[in-house]
Amino acid sequence: MLSGKTPVGRLPKPDLLLASTNICQTVLYWYRVLAHHFGAPLIVIDTPFVYTETSAHAVEYVQRQIEESIPIAEQAAGQRLDESKLKEVTRQSKRATELWLEVMERGRHRPAPISVFDQFTLMAPIVEMRGESFTVDFYAALLSEIDERIAEGVGAVSDEKKRVLWDNLPIWYRLKYLADLFAERGVALVASTYTNAWAELAPMIDAERPIESAARTYLHPLLNRGAGYKLATMQRMIADFQIDGAILHSDRSCKPYSMGQMDQRDRLMRDLDVPALLLEADHADPRAFAEEQVANRLHAFIEMLGV
Amino acid sequence: MGNDIRALGIDVGSTTVKVVGVDAEGSLAWHIVKPTDPRVEDQVSRLLARARAECDLSDGVPVVATGYGRGLVQQATRKVTEITCHARGIFRELGHGGTLVDIGGQDSKVIGVTAKGEVRDFAMNDKCAAGTGRFLENTAQRLRVPLDEMGGVALSVSEERAISSTCTVFAESEVISLLAHGVPVESILRGLHRSLIKRIAAMIRVVGLTAPLMLSGGVAQNAAIRQMLADEMSADVILPRHPQLMGAYGAALINTTHS
Repeated sequence: MLSGKTPVGRLPKPDLLLASTNICQTVLYWYRVLAHHFGAPLIVIDTPFVYTETSAHAVEYVQRQIEESIPIAEQAAGQRLDESKLKEVTRQSKRATELWLEVMERGRHRPAPISVFDQFTLMAPIVEMRGESFTVDFYAALLSEIDERIAEGVGAVSDEKKRVLWDNLPIWYRLKYLADLFAERGVALVASTYTNAWAELAPMIDAERPIESAARTYLHPLLNRGAGYKLATMQRMIADFQIDGAILHSDRSCKPYSMGQMDQRDRLMRDLDVPALLLEADHADPRAFAEEQVANRLHAFIEMLGV
Repeated sequence: MGNDIRALGIDVGSTTVKVVGVDAEGSLAWHIVKPTDPRVEDQVSRLLARARAECDLSDGVPVVATGYGRGLVQQATRKVTEITCHARGIFRELGHGGTLVDIGGQDSKVIGVTAKGEVRDFAMNDKCAAGTGRFLENTAQRLRVPLDEMGGVALSVSEERAISSTCTVFAESEVISLLAHGVPVESILRGLHRSLIKRIAAMIRVVGLTAPLMLSGGVAQNAAIRQMLADEMSADVILPRHPQLMGAYGAALINTTHS
């Protein structure tokens, strides 16, 4: 990214960097490196971990940090914050997030019109351009295309035999390899806790109270909450999406997300009788990905599902 | 030979290649075991040609391949993982489910087998030879004890020296250091077996122990492994007649009605 040897070229010099502690631990290191490399100011929003419920003082604490960052952002931008524009961006964010949620909910259909691998690539705008009107247009167009596929009975995987849930970030550098491995065997990955995490907080976004609702939303991502919340999310998705098996990617570069997976796996198997596989890899570092071992486990898991 | 072989299974492992033929009843009727040759494809062709000649097979007999080298078996009608094959083989051989421990040359696994012979859950050793046959083989060489005598030597003493179970290379360094301190070879060997068993026990805990405990794979031929696994888990350990052949046997059964 710093060398410019990427499909999208070099990262432009940022005027301001902003990250939050509600995310994979690696992100904070990346942002510190970027701040050092570009000599750009870095704001870190601290979001206290939500074990079960959020306290009012936690929301206030995050809200104040956002408010305190406004003058720094104004200085970097060379202009004052336009309150009405902030409301408009928040409204667009909410609408785009709602559409993204609808897109993924369409995965309930059999065959699933969209796979988790499609979601991994199609999620870029909701991550990077949430407040833009063209992002809303993009997901509206995607939704209508998916509805056409449903009407025509087109599945993401031809001859869908089994439906699988994916937990945690993707293994970005092996997306095609893994997509083919599953598709060749008629296994569709139809839901993921990760892509869902960029959608499920849509109801919390409130354009009338943009900063307070931002604080609330930043506190509640899946990986800033207790392991029980993720377990409940997976249990709900298994029922809603008629899931035959779950793959829990134990991701070294995202420890907050991977915490509790051993117990979550046991609970899914014991309580729901759903086969679950813990797969050791990494979302960013190919050195932690052993192709032979991964393939052998995935093949055995797929055979275990009865394919 | 007139064995009436209906299907072949080939298990291309890291240490040995096993070929099994099953008869019309699904019984293990013919087999061969050879050390794995670096030129696996040539070896597989030779062994399958031999199986066809010795068993007087017709061309239509299915060949199911398993093991790490299954991808290299060009003649295979199907390729299936060792997990599924070991479960099939052991279930057909013993007639019940339970918890199967398979300790191979370079990997080991624990498989939960249901009462119907299906795989319920599995765990495999990760990215390291600790907990596998290679772990013992490596040190057997260093201690100049023949591999097939290791188990007996380990069981000949009651004293054992604790040895790290995390890594084969580190374990070898520890063995050298213990030898330098004059520790008897027998106690070191017993400690090595314990170390391997502890590794296996951790994998059993991941899958959960459902009795009975069953053992397959080449390392099952080692008496100390059998006894110490039983002690560690406080459970009886049941062995099939040919533990080393369970993968190939299960593979042969895949395309028959006997699986």
